[in-house]
Amino acid sequence: MGTHVIRMPDLGEGIAEVEVVAWRVQPGDAVVEDQVLADVMTDKATVEIPSPVHGTVVALGGNVGESLAVGAELIRLDVEGAGNAPAAAGAVADEPAELPHGFVPEPERVEEAVASIAGAPAAEAPAAAPAAPPRPVQAPALRLAGEKPLAAPAVRKRAWDLGIELHYVAGSGPAGRITHADLDAYVAGQRRPPAPAPDGRYAQRDGEETVPVIGLRRKIAERMQLAKRRIPHFTYVEEVDVTELEALRVQLNARYGDDRGKLTLLPLLMRAVVLAVRRFPDINARYDDEANVVTRHEPVHIGIATQTDAGLMVPVVRHAEARDPWSSAAEIARLADAARHGKATRDELSGSTITITSLGALGGIVSTPVINHPEVAIVGVNRIVERPVIRNGGMVARKLMNLSSSFDHRVIDGMVAAGFIQAVRGYLECPATLFVE
Amino acid sequence: MAETYDSTTLLVIGGGPGGYVAAIRAGQLGIPTVLVEGADLGGTCLNIGCIPSKALIHAADAFHQAARYAGESPLGIRTAPPTIAIASTVAWKDGIVGRLTGGVGALLKKNGVRVVHGWARILDGKTVEVDEGGAPLRIRCEHLLLATGSQAVELPSLPFGGNVVSSTEALAPSTLPGHLVVVGAGYIGLELGIAYRKLGARVTFVEAAGRLLPAYDDELVRPVATSLTRLGIAVHLEASVLGPADDGRGVRMRDGGGTESVLAADRVLVAVGRRPRTEGFGLEGLLLDMNGRFVHIDNQCRTSMRNVWAIGDLTGEPMLAHRAMAQGEMVAEIIAGRRRHFTPAAIPAVCFTDPEVVVVGMTPQDAARLGIDCISAHFPFAANGRAMTLEATDGFVRVVARRDNHVIVGWQAVGGAVSELSTAFVQAIEMGAQLEDVAGTIHAHPTLGEAVQEAALRALGHALHV
Repeated sequence: MGTHVIRMPDLGEGIAEVEVVAWRVQPGDAVVEDQVLADVMTDKATVEIPSPVHGTVVALGGNVGESLAVGAELIRLDVEGAGNAPAAAGAVADEPAELPHGFVPEPERVEEAVASIAGAPAAEAPAAAPAAPPRPVQAPALRLAGEKPLAAPAVRKRAWDLGIELHYVAGSGPAGRITHADLDAYVAGQRRPPAPAPDGRYAQRDGEETVPVIGLRRKIAERMQLAKRRIPHFTYVEEVDVTELEALRVQLNARYGDDRGKLTLLPLLMRAVVLAVRRFPDINARYDDEANVVTRHEPVHIGIATQTDAGLMVPVVRHAEARDPWSSAAEIARLADAARHGKATRDELSGSTITITSLGALGGIVSTPVINHPEVAIVGVNRIVERPVIRNGGMVARKLMNLSSSFDHRVIDGMVAAGFIQAVRGYLECPATLFVE
Repeated sequence: MAETYDSTTLLVIGGGPGGYVAAIRAGQLGIPTVLVEGADLGGTCLNIGCIPSKALIHAADAFHQAARYAGESPLGIRTAPPTIAIASTVAWKDGIVGRLTGGVGALLKKNGVRVVHGWARILDGKTVEVDEGGAPLRIRCEHLLLATGSQAVELPSLPFGGNVVSSTEALAPSTLPGHLVVVGAGYIGLELGIAYRKLGARVTFVEAAGRLLPAYDDELVRPVATSLTRLGIAVHLEASVLGPADDGRGVRMRDGGGTESVLAADRVLVAVGRRPRTEGFGLEGLLLDMNGRFVHIDNQCRTSMRNVWAIGDLTGEPMLAHRAMAQGEMVAEIIAGRRRHFTPAAIPAVCFTDPEVVVVGMTPQDAARLGIDCISAHFPFAANGRAMTLEATDGFVRVVARRDNHVIVGWQAVGGAVSELSTAFVQAIEMGAQLEDVAGTIHAHPTLGEAVQEAALRALGHALHV
């Protein structure tokens, strides 16, 4: 028997660390050649790691959510024959890394009457183990009415700071004395006074579930944090009368829908953005805030915020300026499908110069979109509603839609942003101008 | 009239222990604070109360001890009869007071509190005028803290003046009287009366109630009564003072049986209690809710007017400096945005009589009145080695605890130097200690503190040394 070590592959583009997002195998599993062992993720692309050999999994190189350096040991297999690693030396060096998996802390932390804790990740247990010696599990009685809660001055002061009325806190100390630990438990919601009636509909629930923020979710979290931390956002909302645009869209779909596919509003909006950024080149730009350089782009690569099961992704319609509405619509559909099935490539998920976000019918009245750093603008689409409007002294029904757009105030001033949105609005309200130049 | 306007966040009226602590804490918390005091900083406590009386008591004890050595002393010490230059004693006391009030001023300054010397007059809940001697200074504030304290009660039939004095004058005598009549045998009267007796004066008490220290139970008072007898102090109980003697040297008195007589005296100390200082600074203009003669407050020291706070003697019993200090600290923290309440488990009370008396929390009688089933036990100092070596075997330590869970709800003690035991008592109660906690704590031998542990052991039914 020999040992075969699979290392984290270099996925290119100077990436030094890759995150493990899923293990497809566990230690002890037998694997065959080409069987997928793990999913790993770089900036936005998820890559499957296949096994090059037959063998048995001995150890995994990390927990889901951990980032491993390129070249670090990803997985260790027992194989027939010599393998690719000197068994003894490797085993010694890697011993500590295996500890978190098999190690079960000796005195299991007594979590009173909270079943859901059982699901807590085992990796956290070693840290918690020395903290809590086993305590007797007993439901401490609450005080009788009118009886003063018994607690040391420091506990009382902390309760005030936490805004907790000590009357409601059960004391686990001698004679019902309330300890700091009791306060902690109360804060954690574990010792609320029992619900008065055993009514299923209003039963008190005490469980909790920890959801690790890993993979795409963590990526989204980081990107959103980056954008909000770095970029002083301002949001500009304008109402657009899309009655004519909708009429045109219905006409186009009736005439060409069968051959060229149905159009939504999105490709028409993309066309309006393409035209508007010609007059406002500051908007179609990326701001390198470390080098203090704004790069204006002639091509308009429009990111389309797309909801997938895993979370938000932003596939990019490249060269929107060179596409007619049907070409754009087809590209949007293709990219959305790729993103939702995890097939989008790195190139398809990066390089946008401006982003559009639309929740369609769920678009709401107003939104405050977060800029896709390092871009400087994002255009948000709110829902279309038919409303009465006064025109020439008479009331008419019009289809109205808000655009909620955010800008990077470091490089875009309010006047420029407003001018850009008014330009977009102008194109949308008079749809012929989208095509006649 | 030329007026200067000024503004601050917190304005404190009164530089006693409540007011100055509130101001220091507020300063620490970054609250712009002005403290207005017309007399010396430190209030009654530092200038004419706690501290000077303890100085006088210490001097009296030292003199009394020396006088004992001039006669028969079991310690084998023999000295010539001592003399005392009372003016020097008073100067020594004034030195201590000066150091402490100077220290308060320095602490206020260090914490950025502006002290305005002058008498405050409340114009409205947010404006105070201070008469500094020159043009009146008007200060606007967001929060007004009333800490004006209390003053000695005067008997209508026996107004202060001449040889009728209050505790203030009694703490700064220029001469010692041959015979001092003390009207009122509460803790202030007793502390001073005993001190004067030890300094060589003849002392007679006139008390309207049926016993000494009417606020304390019989068991605690008995060792004090014994001590008075031993010191040769006369006590008239259930007796009332009708007025000054016709020749102005003494008082006319009616005893319990209705018989009137004249008590000749060189000096009369009236110590019949203290009342909150609510007059003379425009308080009535705020129309605050009152609680009898006191300003009504809730458990955060809020009065009935928003952002007007009151602490200390102005707000009720117990009129003790440490209560005022704790309230002052709390109010400053509340103003700084913290959540605080004044809910102490116990406020200790100490009488620096001979022997000293300490009461913390509930007495057995209190517990019975509240219907709490309690056990209590006491341990006598007669069985404590350290007490014997101090020639202070009178008295005892008593503990009161709930019968069901042994949580300690009260401590009392009477004996020499038991005032220092108050620390252990109040800490046990605040921490929610049970008898077992105190019984299971090793107390240093030989100390008076062993009596604390033994009392707890005795309550549990297994005292070792009785």
